[in-house]
Amino acid sequence: MRHRKKSRRLVGKWEHRKALLRNLLVALFIHERIQTTEAKAKELRRLADKMIVLAKRGDLAARRQALSILPDKAVVRKLFSEIKDRYAYRQSGFTRIVRIGPRRGDAAMMVIIELVTDKLEHKPAAKKEAPATTPEAKEKPAAEPVEEVKETEAAEAKAAESAPAQEEKVEETPQAVETAAEEASEAKEEAITAESSETTKEAEEETSTTSQEETKEEIKEESEKKA
Amino acid sequence: MAVPKRKSSRSRRGMRRAHKSLKAPAVSVCPKCKSPKLPHRICPSCGTYRGKVFLTMEEEEF
Repeated sequence: MRHRKKSRRLVGKWEHRKALLRNLLVALFIHERIQTTEAKAKELRRLADKMIVLAKRGDLAARRQALSILPDKAVVRKLFSEIKDRYAYRQSGFTRIVRIGPRRGDAAMMVIIELVTDKLEHKPAAKKEAPATTPEAKEKPAAEPVEEVKETEAAEAKAAESAPAQEEKVEETPQAVETAAEEASEAKEEAITAESSETTKEAEEETSTTSQEETKEEIKEESEKKA
Repeated sequence: MAVPKRKSSRSRRGMRRAHKSLKAPAVSVCPKCKSPKLPHRICPSCGTYRGKVFLTMEEEEF
């Protein structure tokens, strides 16, 4: 009977399973991101969270408990210094599992499991807005000549000031990427008209991170024209 | 041993198979590269999921 047995079976004997999961734990804490099967990852997630909670407790007893599980002292050292501090703000959910697809051979679902360091964009629904906004971005180049005439020096100054500030915002809050990217791209286009080559580079980098490839292409084309 | 008394007619066979049709997989569109991908998975063509690059592809087309 399965009563009070939490773990997935994974491999036949419990010794084998224990060794497997310990090795996976070490690999995860060393590399921060590893690729494995979904079942192993979901089992690993439990143990990894427990280890990090131990690390956050941080006393000698906790350290010895961790050492009794992890077969690598260097990893425990990293866990109790670097990783512990990184998750001071977080109570649980230290790992993230993202599916890749079925493995060729046995069609096992492969995943990437990683220690969480950043936030993903929140909803697919929010992403659906992105294609809707790109037409607006398309219209912008047509409106640009008018902006050039009207806003000359003042626009340049504004763009120079606003562009770096918005970059910082985007880096800090990836959730707000959508709205910030729209504003930023507007600002960037003004900056490009101001013929500042440095800001165009920054704009290219940022748009690539915000995954709006259409605006990126436009900006590239414009920068080529300027060059 | 229990054995069928009669051969199934073409009609019976067809009725049995009426529910056996294959279903197309639910495919969504990658918001970054616009290529088809399976939902809740990393995009196989550009390697991103929810705005983050998880797999580095050998070459990107754009």
